[in-house]
Amino acid sequence: MDIIEKANEEAIRRMLGAEPVLIDVMPAGDIVPNLEDKMILHAGPPIEWDRMCGPMQGAIAGITVFEGWANDLDQAVTMAASGEIRFDANHHHDAVGPMTGMTTISQPMLVVENRTTGNKSYCAINEGLGKVMRFGGNDAEVLNRLAWIRDVLGPAMGKALRDMGGVELKPLIARGLSMGDEMHQRNVACSGLVLRAIAAAMAKTSDDSIALSEALAFISANDQFHLNIAMAMGKAIMDPVRNIEGSSIVTAMSRNGTDFGIRVSGTGDEWFTAPVEMPEGLYFVGYSEADANPDMGDSTIVETIGLGGFAMGASPAVAGFVGAGAASEAANYTHRMSEICASENPEWTIPSMDYLGVPTGIDVRLVVDSGIAPTINTGIAHREPGIGQVGAGVVRAPMACFEQAVRRLAEKLGIS
Amino acid sequence: MASDKDTPSLLGGKLSVINVGLDKFATELADHDVPVVHLDWKPPAGGDPALAALLSKMGA
Amino acid sequence: MGYTLNKVFQGFYKDSVALMRLSRDLAAMDGVEEAGLMMGSPSNKQILMDAGLLADDGAAAEGGDLILAVRAKDATAAQIAADTIEPEIMSQTRAATGDSFWRPQTIRAAAKANPDANLALISVPGEFAAAEARKAINRGLHVMMFSDNVSIEDEINLKNQARERGVLMMGPDCGTAILDGVPLAFANKVTTGDIGIVGASGTGIQEVTTLISNNGGGISHAIGVGGRDLKDEIGGISTLMGIDRLDADPATNHIVLISKPPGKTVLPNIMKRIGQSAKPFTVCFIGASDLDLPANATVARTLKDAAQAALGGDAFAETEISETGSNNNGTEIRGLYSGGTLAAETQLILLDAGLEVVSNAAVPGAGQLSDDVDGHKIIDLGDDEYTQGRPHPMIDPEIRRQPLAEALADSSVGVVLIDIVIGYGAHPDPAGQLAEMLIAMPGKDDTIIIGSVTGTEQDPQVRSSQVKALQAAGIHVAGSNADAAIAALKVPGINS
Repeated sequence: MDIIEKANEEAIRRMLGAEPVLIDVMPAGDIVPNLEDKMILHAGPPIEWDRMCGPMQGAIAGITVFEGWANDLDQAVTMAASGEIRFDANHHHDAVGPMTGMTTISQPMLVVENRTTGNKSYCAINEGLGKVMRFGGNDAEVLNRLAWIRDVLGPAMGKALRDMGGVELKPLIARGLSMGDEMHQRNVACSGLVLRAIAAAMAKTSDDSIALSEALAFISANDQFHLNIAMAMGKAIMDPVRNIEGSSIVTAMSRNGTDFGIRVSGTGDEWFTAPVEMPEGLYFVGYSEADANPDMGDSTIVETIGLGGFAMGASPAVAGFVGAGAASEAANYTHRMSEICASENPEWTIPSMDYLGVPTGIDVRLVVDSGIAPTINTGIAHREPGIGQVGAGVVRAPMACFEQAVRRLAEKLGIS
Repeated sequence: MASDKDTPSLLGGKLSVINVGLDKFATELADHDVPVVHLDWKPPAGGDPALAALLSKMGA
Repeated sequence: MGYTLNKVFQGFYKDSVALMRLSRDLAAMDGVEEAGLMMGSPSNKQILMDAGLLADDGAAAEGGDLILAVRAKDATAAQIAADTIEPEIMSQTRAATGDSFWRPQTIRAAAKANPDANLALISVPGEFAAAEARKAINRGLHVMMFSDNVSIEDEINLKNQARERGVLMMGPDCGTAILDGVPLAFANKVTTGDIGIVGASGTGIQEVTTLISNNGGGISHAIGVGGRDLKDEIGGISTLMGIDRLDADPATNHIVLISKPPGKTVLPNIMKRIGQSAKPFTVCFIGASDLDLPANATVARTLKDAAQAALGGDAFAETEISETGSNNNGTEIRGLYSGGTLAAETQLILLDAGLEVVSNAAVPGAGQLSDDVDGHKIIDLGDDEYTQGRPHPMIDPEIRRQPLAEALADSSVGVVLIDIVIGYGAHPDPAGQLAEMLIAMPGKDDTIIIGSVTGTEQDPQVRSSQVKALQAAGIHVAGSNADAAIAALKVPGINS
């Protein structure tokens, strides 16, 4: 089918032609389109309160208190269940969020602009590991940290980024790949590169050395700081790829802890969903599969652009960390993913695989035909809200999403 | 009579094979110094022939 | 609460990933309730304590020490678990668990990784074969499809698509090809030469190519097209494309066509195409007569005739099989064939000699095989009724055992005709297998068995070795399948 091949070539052209730049940090209420008061954006495809998993409900209660819409968690739950709080998917508002993916008006958002097409995408700042809201945490410690990010870190980063004119992300990712990051489970190199890029501008634009020191210390201590930047970048790259008639390229993969959803370029903004699967991986001491929450978060946008599980070959340490087998098998993951992708990225290469470009452009036809589901590197959240991350692993995107997408695309193109 | 080396290619290039199915065929081709890739083949579309046919028509 | 055991490895470091893996293994052991392996930092000791895993030994560990902590149902279980995991902790390397060698799973990926690939050889189950072939054609690959059980609609579509793409679609049910001197699937190692073949029959191609090779000639290419290509529904698409390729091929000076008689609407198109070529053709439409051939073509009634004609018309040396008649005075010929086209050739020769012939794969003029019809029975053991759920007799000669025993036990059968087809794809020692079968069969000394070996000296089984094995078992070996049939006719008591 020439129409599909041509449409996919255009999709790949747009993906590879993107110029993502981290340009600012701004409060969500000022920039995220159609985000209103008493409205919460969450990870994954749209979902109603009753079907949300424990950590998602816990995070919603916490953020409702954080925004001052409720006095306590009980009241927050009542409001959420009654419909007083409105919910929508981050993806419907040019945004993404890790794990529970809470986005509300007062949160500072990383802003990534795609300079080729001019669109902007948004993601909240990474809170660090342990007890955090993205894993459903909602106690005072969690909320206090969010307030500090809102009041201190966010504004400081925003000022610095505006002053320096932003950080170009494409070369930063390229260097990160050569330093062993895959940008989903391992962001230690890229987090360091980001810090290196903005530290001077943060110092220059700060008039409070204690606050500056705390901000730099926070970034330095968080190996996953860059994940949220990579996610906003992924969204900024993929949004212009939407709605190319005939294209079978996946434009978004995301999970809300209950459903896994994908969108495909040639089928517009329709979500194709199926129940999320349980990650398989390694657990921190004291935890096991019995504690794990099903797969969650918008972070799969990084796999959508060829990173994460698709770039496993760049990151043997992650292959071990997520229980994917021997480090020597990491390259096989990348080879497998190249079977379901339309192309490779010539700028994002893996030195140890003879500079093979990361697999780029997940093609739903190839996924269903080969039976090879996209491999996603993921953190594992505890199923109870407020406990946090209990392990890390690999999860497969459910094949049913891709089958639905293939059938819909065939229907649209009149193929039977 | 031409020797093996002089045989012009019938297919417009030196014979190079993708083997889909019986591995015996791949082994025998390799014995003839023919470049051959033996697929790690699995029934396409999870073993649903109708879906496999649809996908092949979509250019999978 | 069970028994908690801690063991401290002083100054022993292992990374957290390795420790998580070991923890998982330890926790899975018999009688173990909870387990953890961690370096002895204060925060890690706190985690172990929270998990109910910290004992006094562990509490005393330093940050650079490794703590093995296990809680089990009793002290014995804890000790056994700890002792079992310890060698793994100490081992430097972990055996690789999986196949670290990547092989592509799809045609698309294989073609991408190997841009020089130009042919897909497809032998997957029929229900998926058409889909795989379509993918190959989409990628501009020529296709040889060994698979059968593909619908005629799929075959028509695939061949039309291949023609648009300018690639050859050989098959479905194409068992034999020789391209650039390389035997593909069921084919023989023949001498390279200037005779090109397009054939709808696998064993027909094998018989003609080996006869040519064994009698001083050589093969440029042999293109299989599948048994249905010259039916009217298909229209001979692949045959015509094959002729085009051989016509344009500088190494080919003579072209041989081998097929069952073509459909009525296809035949004139084939003749027209032959007439457009400057090269001489030999046309062997097994069983067809009254062909209106262009001037550059000659007709061959049998496979042997085709091979002779391609080599310039001189007759091959006849095989002399002197016989006085079978001990059982049987008057019937029983043919037990692994090659369908060889069975067809034998039927023709018997029919031409004026005999009544019945077969489960009857050529025009022969009757259908059934219990109440008289005639010399020529059986194609490769037919579906014999191969249901088992390999083709060329791969598994066992199929011949029972019909052979029956023929030898039947005193009305004076001559048994058999074929041995060797080459790539075939059984490694079909003659040896047949000889071994015969040892246990009574009646073998009362019946004359005549056979031929389709193959060459360069084949893995080596033709002369196969001939010797047959002869040692008391089987008369002719130079070709046609010669075997002709020899059968000469046995006293048969041709009457």
